[in-house]
Amino acid sequence: MIVSLSWRNVWRNKLRSSVIIVATTLGICAGIFSAAFYQGMADQRIEKAIRTELSHIQVHRKEFRNSNEIKDYISDADKLNRKISQIDGVVGVSNRLVIFSMVSSAETGSGVKIVGIDPEKEKLTTNIHQKLKEGSYFEEKRRNQVLIGEKLAEKLKVKLNSKVVITLLDVDNNITYGAFRVVGIFNTVNNAFDEANIFVRHNDLSKLIDLPPDACHEIAIYVSDNDRVESVKARVEQIAGDLEVMSWLNLSPEMSYLNEAMDLFMYIFIIIILLALLFGIINTMLMVVLERVKEIGMLMAVGMNKIRIFLMILLETVFLSLTGGAIGVAAGTMLSNYFETRPINLAAWADAYTDLGYDPFVYTSLNVELLINVTVMVLVTGVLASLYPAYKALRQDPSDALRTE
Amino acid sequence: MSIIKINNLFKIYDGSQIEVKAVNGVDITFEEGEFTAIVGPSGSGKTTFLNLLGGLDRPTSGDVIVDNVNVWGLSGRKLIDFRLHNIGFVFQAYNLIPVLTAKENVEFIMELQGRSKQERFERTKSLLEAVGLGDRLDSRPNKLSGGQQQRVAVARALASKPKFILADEPTANLDSRSTETLLDIMETLNREENITFIFSTHDARVMNKARRIVTMEDGKILSDVHV
Repeated sequence: MIVSLSWRNVWRNKLRSSVIIVATTLGICAGIFSAAFYQGMADQRIEKAIRTELSHIQVHRKEFRNSNEIKDYISDADKLNRKISQIDGVVGVSNRLVIFSMVSSAETGSGVKIVGIDPEKEKLTTNIHQKLKEGSYFEEKRRNQVLIGEKLAEKLKVKLNSKVVITLLDVDNNITYGAFRVVGIFNTVNNAFDEANIFVRHNDLSKLIDLPPDACHEIAIYVSDNDRVESVKARVEQIAGDLEVMSWLNLSPEMSYLNEAMDLFMYIFIIIILLALLFGIINTMLMVVLERVKEIGMLMAVGMNKIRIFLMILLETVFLSLTGGAIGVAAGTMLSNYFETRPINLAAWADAYTDLGYDPFVYTSLNVELLINVTVMVLVTGVLASLYPAYKALRQDPSDALRTE
Repeated sequence: MSIIKINNLFKIYDGSQIEVKAVNGVDITFEEGEFTAIVGPSGSGKTTFLNLLGGLDRPTSGDVIVDNVNVWGLSGRKLIDFRLHNIGFVFQAYNLIPVLTAKENVEFIMELQGRSKQERFERTKSLLEAVGLGDRLDSRPNKLSGGQQQRVAVARALASKPKFILADEPTANLDSRSTETLLDIMETLNREENITFIFSTHDARVMNKARRIVTMEDGKILSDVHV
């Protein structure tokens, strides 16, 4: 009956209980929605990094990532590409030449990463072909075509069909040039990426720097499911010999930090909300105890022991917290689910977001672990909030309490 | 057979200027099945005496012995258990739990005692029928009159099968009709079931029903009359 008594006690003062329940509901709903929002932002940032640049797994010569030297290329890469393509779970494998050098227009120049790709194979690993704002994706047969980012185009003051000159060192360290026509301008909604990367055909670039046609610096592998990355990586390591095989988490540790930092941030945010609620609940329960001094005195007098009185106050507080918490979790979940398929439009602040590599259209992402943790945290808040009011109740002397009006 | 023996009982409050002897050296014995009224003017020490007797207030000195158990020799938890199993309380302001029905208010005590559901159900029903509320089992206190609430309180006090019932001015908030009904019920329970009642009261109607009247003044017993 203590459970039933505690539950009914919650509703003795409907207005007061409702106020704290609504506050808890709003707090938890806001906490969960914020968490889903920031998790969605982080997920999109990571997904974008994987889809536009990193792919899931990359293979390099061990020296290449430090030296970035043209000579540190993988020879016989086509054969390796075919072998990797046959691994279960691999969706696309793209051989890339990667050279850090200069691109110039008639107006100015800029340091860039020049990526030589096989356009059809690259389509299976990254989505640059879907990010074109103008022009086409290497559709014409002509040689020396280049895709550049919108930001870089603005910087170089070039348009579609403009010519740019790529200056680089060939494999023998001789300076060489190539004139390339801009056939496509892409916008990945990541200003830093768009300003620092250009794409050319693998063949055009290998001829320019005098590398064998089946040489590459990087093999990018796209896997059907993020959960399969580690197993595919292990298989690639078996066939890649001395080459270095790395997953996106190793290639871009800042992405995994981003995930961890988001998690930490979300929990700090929710803990702050719960702390504010904790004091609200303590205040409410203190009022409850002070209003019921006489009743508590009667319960003590007729033989209700301190453990049961403590349990009654504890349950009442937990019911109060969990009612608001449960409604808040449900409302936060519904709100987050709604925006999982309908993006939140932050286009008004698009520049700020794209400068940092975030998409201004955010899809929320909610994980079940967070919901479970928040529910447990609300429960713990309820238990903590009950301690002081219960202590005050237990300190009553029955004969004094019975004399109060 | 005596069930309560009180020896040289004192309750002294230390005020800042003056010492107040609320109970001043009381010696008295109560027999099983008595229907006793403790009377006296306000401030005579009636309520304090009942609190000492009921294990609610700790005496400054002296003993309260119930069925050979020295009540104030019990530790906190044992004392609470002792009250639960041996003493029934009826308060002036009824003190029912407002969120529980009449039935639940009575049953609650037996649940604290750990009695079975079946026993609780049957005893609650028979007790509420005995106090004339067999048709109000599911009413909450706010749907009952003052007299009806006090009858529920009597049923609650009886629920634990106590050795005696202490009632502190139980009729003070009742009209004359409700007082008559309540007193008739308690008198019947006393006569037919041999339940011991000890009241503190100012009410002449209660005194008229009592078979023993103990008069207190300044914390002392002035007279102790069996009628």
